[in-house]
Amino acid sequence: MASNASANVVRTGAGSRYVIYAILTLFCLYYLLPLYVMAVNSLKPLSEIQAGGMMALPSQWTIAPWQSAWSTAQIGVDATGLRPYFLNSILMVVPAVAISTVLGALNGYVLTKWRFRGDTIVFGLLLFGCFIPFQMVLIPMARMLGLMGIAGTVPGLIFVHLVYGIGFSTLYFRNYYQQFPTELVRAAMIDGAGFFMIFRRIMLPSSGPIAVVCIIWQFTNIWNDFLFGASFSDFDSQPMTVALNNLVQSSTGVKEYNVHFAGAIMAALPTLLVYIVAGRYFVRGLMAGSVKG
Amino acid sequence: MGFLDINNATKSYGSVKVLHETDISVEEGEFLVLVGPSGCGKSTLLNMIAGLEEVTSGDISIKGRSMNGVRPADRNIAMVFQSYALYPNMNVAKNIAFGLEMHGVAKDERDKAVAEVADLLQMRHLLDRKPSQLSGGQRQRVAMGRALVRNPDVFLFDEPLSNLDAKLRVDMRTEIKKLHQKLGTTIVYVTHDQIEALTLSTRIAVMFGGHVQQLGTPKEIYDNPANIFVAGFMGSPSMNLFPAKVQVENGAAAARIDLADGATVSLPFAPGNTMSGYDTQEIILGIRPEAITDEDGADRKSQAIHRIETRVEVTEPAGSDIFVVSHLGGKEVTGRFRADVDVSPGDVFPFAVNMDKAVAFDPKTEMRIG
Ligand SMILES: Nc1ncnc2c1ncn2[C@@H]1O[C@H](COP(=O)(O)OP(=O)(O)OP(=O)(O)O)[C@@H](O)[C@H]1O
Ligand SMILES: [Mg+2]
Repeated sequence: MASNASANVVRTGAGSRYVIYAILTLFCLYYLLPLYVMAVNSLKPLSEIQAGGMMALPSQWTIAPWQSAWSTAQIGVDATGLRPYFLNSILMVVPAVAISTVLGALNGYVLTKWRFRGDTIVFGLLLFGCFIPFQMVLIPMARMLGLMGIAGTVPGLIFVHLVYGIGFSTLYFRNYYQQFPTELVRAAMIDGAGFFMIFRRIMLPSSGPIAVVCIIWQFTNIWNDFLFGASFSDFDSQPMTVALNNLVQSSTGVKEYNVHFAGAIMAALPTLLVYIVAGRYFVRGLMAGSVKG
Repeated sequence: MGFLDINNATKSYGSVKVLHETDISVEEGEFLVLVGPSGCGKSTLLNMIAGLEEVTSGDISIKGRSMNGVRPADRNIAMVFQSYALYPNMNVAKNIAFGLEMHGVAKDERDKAVAEVADLLQMRHLLDRKPSQLSGGQRQRVAMGRALVRNPDVFLFDEPLSNLDAKLRVDMRTEIKKLHQKLGTTIVYVTHDQIEALTLSTRIAVMFGGHVQQLGTPKEIYDNPANIFVAGFMGSPSMNLFPAKVQVENGAAAARIDLADGATVSLPFAPGNTMSGYDTQEIILGIRPEAITDEDGADRKSQAIHRIETRVEVTEPAGSDIFVVSHLGGKEVTGRFRADVDVSPGDVFPFAVNMDKAVAFDPKTEMRIG
C-alpha cells in the first residue's frame, strides 16, 4: 500500500508545497479553534469570561470549574455534578457496544458461512433497520419498553441501542466475513469443529480490524446519543448527554460558562480517547476488503 | 461392495441437476481420480463424499456404513483443499493438531502425532511458523500433514496442486504418489489436469456435464475411450479425430479418408476389428498422435502399419519429438515424429499410421463403435 500511495502522489515544487502547508495549517487551526476555546474557558474563573476575551488565555488558572462540573453543579433539581450520569453512560455504553458487536459478528458469520433459505431477506431487513429514522420508533419503542418493564432504566437504554446497533454491526461483519475464505470453515468442519468452535477459534481471531471499527462506531454513536437518552430515561438513569443539557439549561441566575465548558469536554473525552487509542485500526479496518494487502 | 460406494447419487441445486445418477465403487487402497473440465461437477461429488454437500438422492457409504446425514467430522475422512485452507491464526503445529484436538485427543498424544507427520513430510523445521510465512509448496505440505495426521479411512483432494508452479507441481505429484504407495490409503482426487489423472490414479472417472463419461484404469481410458469426449479430453496432444467412411471389401473393413489435395486413401482396420457391419457408414476415426509417425518410428510389433503420403503444414519441435501437423478428412491432424527426422513444412512426406491403435465413433451418438 505504501508504494502504491507514493506512486499516486503528484510531485510538487517547493513553492507550491509552502502554499499547501499554509492552507493545511489554516484548516487545522479552524478545526481546533472550538476545542481551544472550550479548553481555555474551562480553566478560567467566570469573572474573566464575563469581562470578555473568550480567546485569551486565563490570567488566573483554575480547575474549580472542572471540579464543580464533575461533582457539585446543579443538574436539573439535584446538585450532584455530572459524575452519576457519566457512570450511567458507561454502564449503558459498555454492555451495549459489547453485545451489539458480538451479535453482529455472529450474524455476519451466519449470513456468510451458514447460509439458509431467506438469508438475503433477513440481511435486507437488518440493513433496512439501520436507516429507519430514530424519531419514527420513539412511541412504539416507549410502549415496548413499558411492556418489558424496563422503561426509564439503564437496561432499557441498552436494549434500545442494541436494537439500533445490530444492523450496523451485522453489516460490518457480514461484509468482512464475505472476504473470509469459506474453505477454512469447511476445513474446520471436517476437522470436527462445531458452529461455535469455528466462530471462536477460526473466525474471531481474524476479526481484529473489523471489531475495532465496529466498536468505535457503536461507542461514538451510543455515547453521543441524545434523543433516546432524553426520551427513554428517568432522572436516575439519564446518560451524560442529557445531563449535560440539563446542566446548561438548569443554571438559575448566572450562567456558569466555565463549568459548562468543562462539562462539555468531559462528555467528549471518552470518544476522543477511543479514537486516539484505536483510530489507526479504524482507517485500516474501513479499508480492509476494498484494498488487498 | 467396495470400501467407498457411491450408489445412484445425484445432486441438484433447485431445479438444476449438476450431478446425474452416479455409481462408483472404490476398493480399499485405490487412488481414484475424478477428472473433467471446469464445472463438470467434480468438486460437487467430492464435497458430497466429504459431507459438505448433501446428496439429493441416492447414497454414499464408507466401509458399508451409509453416510447420509452423517456430519463431515464423523465420516473419518480428511480433505486437502485447493487453497490449502490453513488456519491463518495458528502455527503449523497447531494447524496439524487442530483436528485431533477437536476429536478429544490428549495433548501429549497430539504432539507425538504431529512430530511423526512432520518427519514423514520433512517439515519439522516449519512447525513454529504461521501459514503466511510459508511458500506455496510448504503450505501444500502442511495441508497434507493436516490430512495425514488424522489417519482417515479416505483422503479427499480437491485440485491440491493447481496453485503451484509447473516444476513444483511435478515434484509434488511424485510425492503424493510415493505417499500413496507407502501408506496404501484410499484416495479420491479431483483435478482438471488429465496428465495428473493418468500419472497418479489406479482408476479414473472422466466427468463431463454432470455425468461420469467413463470409469476405468488409466490404460483403459487412454486406449479404449468410451466416447468422443473422453478420447479428446485425455492425452496431450489430444487424440486426432476426423471423419472417415467405412468400406468393406471381401469381408475386410477399411476407412476411406479424404486427403487435402482431393484424393482419398483407404486404411484397413486392424485384424480382428468389428467394423464390417458398418459398410458405407460415416464414422469419426480417432488416432493418437503417437500412432501417426515417420516410417522408421512406427511400432514394429504392430500388424497394421499403413502408409499415407500427405503434405506437412507445420512442425513443432518439442525436444524429444517433433509434432507434425497435416490435414486428414478435412481436419487438422498431429503426428509424433522422432526428433531427428528431417521434415519441414511444405514437404510431402510419408506418414505411418498404426491402425492397431485406431478407434471409431458414431458421429451422431458420439459413442465408441469399434
Ligand atoms: N451452490 C450452488 N448453486 C448452484 N449451482 C452450483 C452451486 N455450486 C456449484 N454449482 C454448479 O454446479 C456445477 C458443478 O460445480 P463444481 O464446483 O462441482 O465444478 P468443478 O467440476 O469442480 O469445476 P472446477 O474445475 O471449476 O472446480 C457448476 O456448473 C456450478 O455452476
Ligand atoms: Mg472444483
